[in-house]
Amino acid sequence: MSTATVLIGLGAFFACAVEMVEALTIVLGVGTVRGWRSTLIGVGAATVVLAVLVAALGPALSQIPIDALRLVVGALLLVFGLQWLRKAILRSSGYKPLHDEDEAFRREQAEAEAAGGERRAGLDWYSFTVAFKGVLLEGLEVVFIVITFGSAQGRLDVAIVGAVAALVVVVVAGVLARGPLERVPENTIKFAVGLLLTSFGCFWSAEGAGADWPGDELSLLALVAFLSAFSWLLVRALRRRRLELRPAGASA
Amino acid sequence: MKYLVAFGRFWWNFIVGDDWTVAAGVAVAIGLVAILVDHDVNAWWLLPVAVVLLTGISVWRQAGQSEEA
Repeated sequence: MSTATVLIGLGAFFACAVEMVEALTIVLGVGTVRGWRSTLIGVGAATVVLAVLVAALGPALSQIPIDALRLVVGALLLVFGLQWLRKAILRSSGYKPLHDEDEAFRREQAEAEAAGGERRAGLDWYSFTVAFKGVLLEGLEVVFIVITFGSAQGRLDVAIVGAVAALVVVVVAGVLARGPLERVPENTIKFAVGLLLTSFGCFWSAEGAGADWPGDELSLLALVAFLSAFSWLLVRALRRRRLELRPAGASA
Repeated sequence: MKYLVAFGRFWWNFIVGDDWTVAAGVAVAIGLVAILVDHDVNAWWLLPVAVVLLTGISVWRQAGQSEEA
């Protein structure tokens, strides 16, 4: 199994896991307050839409010449990955608040309690639409990563296996916990996913533009290491900047 | 029209996010790699350098903005 294949599987697994934790928080918040039937139908409907997207876009992308595909996919992944990476750096250095799943869960429950009881097509419409939108929007990010990761390397199967594995792990953990998965080190996972997306984005877009990486796929590992070291240095510098700005005598 | 704008905004926020200069910088850097390769320079090193510069500048600027807020 090549370096790129392993990293594609890991990237899809972690990206899916982190988005599924957020979707699970929404689903649990609505389901525990308003009942499960309409909520789960909403989840099922969104899952079908996402599966159709993967089934339609995956084979369509395989018709595009590989260099053009890598250039476009690499550029998209690079821009998208830098978004994850920048936010993870700002969170780690204290410039952006960490995502609080417990707080999101309570907010979701309060909104579900306050919402009206409109029924359409025999469904509690609020539960259905909130669960549908939550799973669809979080899932779109996963579909984007799975399709781009998988297609540029011609290993859509590996990316799908990684995503399905994450789905199983998160759903089982959610059922066992019967509450939001608060202890998941979300920012650490987002940091790792951001590094992987950015590294693959660099690799593929440079290849798509005609450059050859020294060591071919092995340079992916060097890219991940280089960007990890850079991000760590940037977090340290930002933390120092925050400390220097804090008024003398102020406590942590 | 309203839905079209909302659809476009969703994808813009989804892919580009809150700092369009990073996306523009990435586009310029990839274009430069293609030009250099066309002139027989194997410019694989250019994108990691661009990532360091773009990320550093963007994050440092956002930190400054959150301090001012």
